[in-house]
Amino acid sequence: MLPLGGLLSIGWVMDENPLTPLHPNYLKLVRLVAVLLAMPAIVVALVLEARGGLPRGIFLAPVVLVGLWLIVRTPLRRYQARGYRMDADRLQVVRGIIFNSDTVVPFGRVQHIDVHQGPLERVYGLGTLVLHTAGNHNASVSLPGISHHDALAMREEIRAHAKRETK
Amino acid sequence: MSEAEGTAPEEWRRTSPLSFAVSAILSLRSAGLPALAALIGTGAARQGWTVIVPVLLAMGLLTALISFLAWRRFRYRIGETDIRVERGLFSRTARSVPYERIQDVSLEQALVPRLFGMVEVKFETGAGGKDEVRVRYVSSDEAEALRETVRARISGAAAGTAEPSAAEETAAALFVMDRKRLAMFGLFEFSLVAFAVLAGAAQQFDSLLPIDIWSYQAWVGLLGERGHSLQGAGLAAQVIAATLAIATLSLVGLATGFIRTVLRDYGFRLEDTPKGLRRRRGLLTRTDVIMPLPRIQALKLRTGIVRRRFGWHELGVVSLAQDAKEANHIIVPFGKMDEIDAVVAATGFALPTADTAWRRPCLRYQIDRALLLLVPPCFAALAVTSGGQRLGLGSQAMLPAVGALLALAALIFVSARFRWRHDRYAVEGVRIYVRRGWLAPRLDIASAIRLQSVEIVQGPLARRRSYANLRFGLAGGTLEIVGATLEDARAIRADVLSHIARVDFSHS
Repeated sequence: MLPLGGLLSIGWVMDENPLTPLHPNYLKLVRLVAVLLAMPAIVVALVLEARGGLPRGIFLAPVVLVGLWLIVRTPLRRYQARGYRMDADRLQVVRGIIFNSDTVVPFGRVQHIDVHQGPLERVYGLGTLVLHTAGNHNASVSLPGISHHDALAMREEIRAHAKRETK
Repeated sequence: MSEAEGTAPEEWRRTSPLSFAVSAILSLRSAGLPALAALIGTGAARQGWTVIVPVLLAMGLLTALISFLAWRRFRYRIGETDIRVERGLFSRTARSVPYERIQDVSLEQALVPRLFGMVEVKFETGAGGKDEVRVRYVSSDEAEALRETVRARISGAAAGTAEPSAAEETAAALFVMDRKRLAMFGLFEFSLVAFAVLAGAAQQFDSLLPIDIWSYQAWVGLLGERGHSLQGAGLAAQVIAATLAIATLSLVGLATGFIRTVLRDYGFRLEDTPKGLRRRRGLLTRTDVIMPLPRIQALKLRTGIVRRRFGWHELGVVSLAQDAKEANHIIVPFGKMDEIDAVVAATGFALPTADTAWRRPCLRYQIDRALLLLVPPCFAALAVTSGGQRLGLGSQAMLPAVGALLALAALIFVSARFRWRHDRYAVEGVRIYVRRGWLAPRLDIASAIRLQSVEIVQGPLARRRSYANLRFGLAGGTLEIVGATLEDARAIRADVLSHIARVDFSHS
C-alpha cells in the first residue's frame, strides 16, 4: 500500500513533504505574548521581595527562571513544531509540541475563509488564515503566523480553486 | 396528488386562523402550571376562588390576545428564489432563506395541533436547528402542497429541472415495523428513566410529602408506628419485600421502555422515494421526514448487549441537516441484519463483507493503553499498603483491599485484551469502516468522498512509539480511527485525500 513502507516516523515525512516554516516574526510575537503574560508574576515577586524578611531572591529567582524558559525556550520549540504546506488542492497544517496534530483540508471542502489580524499581529505584519469546513470535527482550521500579505494571497488562491471546481 | 403550482407564488400568506387557537392552548399549557404554582406559593390561593378565577381568566385572555396578534403579524411568502418570513409583535424580523440553503422540508404533528388537523412545517437549513424557519400550523393539505412546491423549487435551484411529484405512488417500503415487532422492541428498551424521574420529583417536592423520604430516621419512625409486624417478621419477610421491590422496579422499567417505544415508533415506515428516504413514525406526535440521499454523510450500526444475542440491530444516518434531537436520524430502529442490508444498499453505502480486510489497532498502542489503564489501580494498591503500614495495620487487614484492586487491574487487562480482538477498521476503495466495542460493537460506515478534512493526532507516547489517531471531519458527526501505525495512518490519509480531490462539494 505504501511506497516507502519500511521507513519510519518524522524523517520520512519531512523528506517527502517539506513543510513551509512560519514567518520569523511569529517567534517574536509568541515571545512578546509570553513577556506580557509573565509581567504580573514578576511584579508580584518584586513586591514580595521588597517586603523583606526572607532570604533574597527566594521569590524572584524561580519566577525569573520559569519566565525565561517560557519566553526563550518554549516559543522557539513551538515555532519549530509548526508549519504548513500549500498544495494545488489542499492545505496541510502541522502544530503542537507535546500533542502533535497534522491536519489536511482539501480546498474542495472549504465552506468559507477568514483572514484574521489582531492588534499584536498587525504590529508584526502577520495574519491568521482560517478555513471553515462542514465537518463537526475541525470545523475551522486556523493557520497563524504567516504574513498578512501571504494570508490574503492564499485566501484568493483557495477561493479561485473552489470556483474553478464548481464551473 | 397536490399540484405543485396550485398556489401562485409571490404572494404573502398567513397560517391557518385555527393556528392561533392552537398556540394559545399550547402557551396556556406551558404558562398555566407555573402560574398555579405562583398562586399557591404567594399564598394567594388561600383567598379562595374569588382571586384564582379572575387571575386565571385574565391570563387566558391575555394569552389568547398575544397569540392572536402574533398570528396577525406572521406572514410568509414562497418566492421565486427564496422563502421569506416576517414575524414579531413589536420588533419585526424579516428573514429570507434562499432555496439553495434549504436542506429539506419536514412536517411535524404534535398532539394538540393534530386534534385541530394542523401541521407545523419546518424548513431545515442545516444551521443546527437554531436558525430553522418554521411555519406554525397550516392545514395538513396546505402543508403537503407547501412541501411539494418548495421541494420542486429546491430541485429546480439545484439541477434546473423540477421533478413531477409522483413520489408517493412509486415509493417502495424499505422497512416497516408491525405491531409484533414494535412490542418486541419495546421489551428490549427497558429503561429506568421513569423511575429516576419519579425519584427526582420526590426530591423536588419533598416538602409536600408527609415525611422526609431521604431521612433514615423518618423511615424507622414510620416503620415503628405502623410496621411493627414488618420489622419483627424476620428474614423471610425481608426477602419477600426485597423481591417485591425488584419486581416492581423491573415492571416500571419494562412499562417505561414499552410506552416510550410505542409513542415514538408506532407505525414506523421507511420508504425509498425518488427524493430520498421517507420516514414516518409516531403515535401522538406523528413525524414525516424525507432525507435526500446526497445528504447522508455516513451510517451508524448499533446494538445492545442483550439484543445482539437475538440478532437485533439499529441503523442510523449521519446527515448534513442534523437536528438537535438525538434519536432523529434512525432509519431502522430494530431489525435483523438482512433487513438492514437492504436499507444500507438503498442508501448507496454497503456493509462490510466476509472479504473485508480488517485491520486492528497496532500492538504497541494496545500495550500502552492497557498499561496506562493499569496505573490507577496499582497506585491505589500501593497507597493502601503504605497507608496501612503507617497506621500499624497488619498485612492480613490490608489483604482484601489490595486483592480487590489487583483483581480490578486484572479485569482491566482482560477487557483490554478482548477489545483488541474486537476493535478494528478497514478501508475499501471509498468506503471506511470503523468497528469498536466488545459486548455491543458499534460500526461506523463512511464514504471518503463525503469527508471534510483529515487530521493525524499524536500524543507524547504515540510519537515515541510511532502510532497515531486519525480523525476525519464529518458533517453532522464524528469518525475516528484509533491506534493505527503511523505509516498506516499516512497511507489512509493519502488514500482518502485522493478520493476527496475528485469530487467537489464546497458550493453545492
